[in-house]
Amino acid sequence: MKIAVLVKQTPDTETKAKLGANGLETNGVKFILNPYDEFAVEEAIQLRDKIKGEAVVVSLGPDRVIEAMRTALAMGCDTGIHVKVSDEELKKLDSFTVAKALAEALKKQGPFDLILAGKQAIDDDALAVPQMVAEFMELPRATVVAKLTVSDDGKTAKAHRAVEGGAEEIIELTFPAVVAAHKGLNTPRYASLPGIMKAKQKKVEVFDLAALGLSADNAKVTYEKYELPPEKAAGKVFKGTPQELAQQLVQHLRNEAKVI
Amino acid sequence: MTKALVFVELKNGNVKKAGLETIHALSSQGAEVHAIAFGPEAAAHAAEAAKVVGGQGAKKFIKCDSVDLKFYQSDIYAATIADTFKAGGYSILAGAASTLVKDLFPTLAARLDAGIAPDCIEVKLEGSSLSAKRPMLAGKYFVTLKFKAFPAVVSIRPNVMAIGADSGTAAEVSDATPSGSIRAKTVDLAGASGNSRPDLTEADRIISAGRAIKAAENFKIIEACADVIGAAVGASRAAVDAGMAPHSMQVGQTGKTVNPSLYIACGISGAIQHLAGMKTSKVIVAINTDPEAPIFQKADYGAIGDLFEVVPALTEEFKKLLSAG
Repeated sequence: MKIAVLVKQTPDTETKAKLGANGLETNGVKFILNPYDEFAVEEAIQLRDKIKGEAVVVSLGPDRVIEAMRTALAMGCDTGIHVKVSDEELKKLDSFTVAKALAEALKKQGPFDLILAGKQAIDDDALAVPQMVAEFMELPRATVVAKLTVSDDGKTAKAHRAVEGGAEEIIELTFPAVVAAHKGLNTPRYASLPGIMKAKQKKVEVFDLAALGLSADNAKVTYEKYELPPEKAAGKVFKGTPQELAQQLVQHLRNEAKVI
Repeated sequence: MTKALVFVELKNGNVKKAGLETIHALSSQGAEVHAIAFGPEAAAHAAEAAKVVGGQGAKKFIKCDSVDLKFYQSDIYAATIADTFKAGGYSILAGAASTLVKDLFPTLAARLDAGIAPDCIEVKLEGSSLSAKRPMLAGKYFVTLKFKAFPAVVSIRPNVMAIGADSGTAAEVSDATPSGSIRAKTVDLAGASGNSRPDLTEADRIISAGRAIKAAENFKIIEACADVIGAAVGASRAAVDAGMAPHSMQVGQTGKTVNPSLYIACGISGAIQHLAGMKTSKVIVAINTDPEAPIFQKADYGAIGDLFEVVPALTEEFKKLLSAG
């Protein structure tokens, strides 16, 4: 069974946003493996161990994303595919072109039986690339998957997709397929020290966009403007007995904020 | 005139408000809007739906139903919308950024060879140019993007756009024939709660509790308050991790992003990950015993007190106010 895991390197959750002409100033930003992708990596490793095969980590981005790929390799992925773009290209890219490039790289290095990804990246929260990769490869897909049961022969799966109100849609998939992982799919492991040492030796294939028949100008959108949210004025804080507090709150919500 | 196809969803027989917001956002900017809805509910309530979508400026209400559509089937939805979109000469596909739309629209963007702007808080249609503003890094900054060309696929965050005054004109009802074959089949919907509270991501009012709620059964005091004001119930990650609430209720970075008019945080300290999921709420109320809790810096109204005392008192005050009208 050959499994691909699509990962993205994202700014850490605690990042303070400083903006330049081209968006977020990345100087001084700590980058991490997108938290949802950790679930996808863990699932790939567990399935690789259970059904036997290979787990390949795939990422698009500038040189720095190799660090996120090394994290996945240290956790246990076998090899990597890096779709390398310059910082200039990255600023122009959109979900469409990223998904197209990943799909082309997967076709080149495949065929893969299963393509895993995190359901969304915490930087743009688009929840778009996994479905778009599936569409470009004409594969079945399931997103926001909180539980995945793969048959022993590694040919089919049942995916539990989390929807509103705590309900789950049960989706039947025949491989090859794309699955986007939700929190709770598993408990991602920490990379061990020997794992981190081994990761440095693991092979990573590199493609640029041109090698995949693409260019950053294929993007369907242009980015026009970046801005910070307006500062919020300080609020009112009330003290008193529970009844007084409740009365103050309700009065302000009705008469001042007008939301009740 | 730019033609826009707006995907809408129904719940309990009614077109969801977020869908109407999307229709109005485009029709009020001069687009010719047609609405499309799927499933037995859309078919059963077509006449009422045509009235409300028409009221917001939609000219047509297209319904699509078949025996296969008891559950959401992404493949049938995508193929039918793509066929309708191409045949109808539409330029824009839009919808409220619901759980379903977030799943469906990227597939459609890829199929229609279109750019996508998900979960937007502003959409501007000027002539044949469409631009959209969306949050990045959970609202730490915003980007405005412009589509180079049509078709364009855009989803709009619920509760951001206003609804217009009802025009009084119903949309014309028509049918779309379901197309496409199923690659990934939804065979069941498990664990649907059946409660009548609104969905968190689309709720106009939310009341959430943190670890200070101490136990899962104590959520009943939160629920009691929620039911008086028609709110959804949420939880912080700390409460979820401690097993007091399911992950489906989690508001924040690794949970749901919400955007209500009123967000009441009870016993939530206001970790950056929680704020990431709710800070765009129009009015934030914080109830906490700790006056130093970071949530007070984001709150419009804060009450320093114990949620076990303040929330029941608040429930009573809401009852008094709402019964007085």
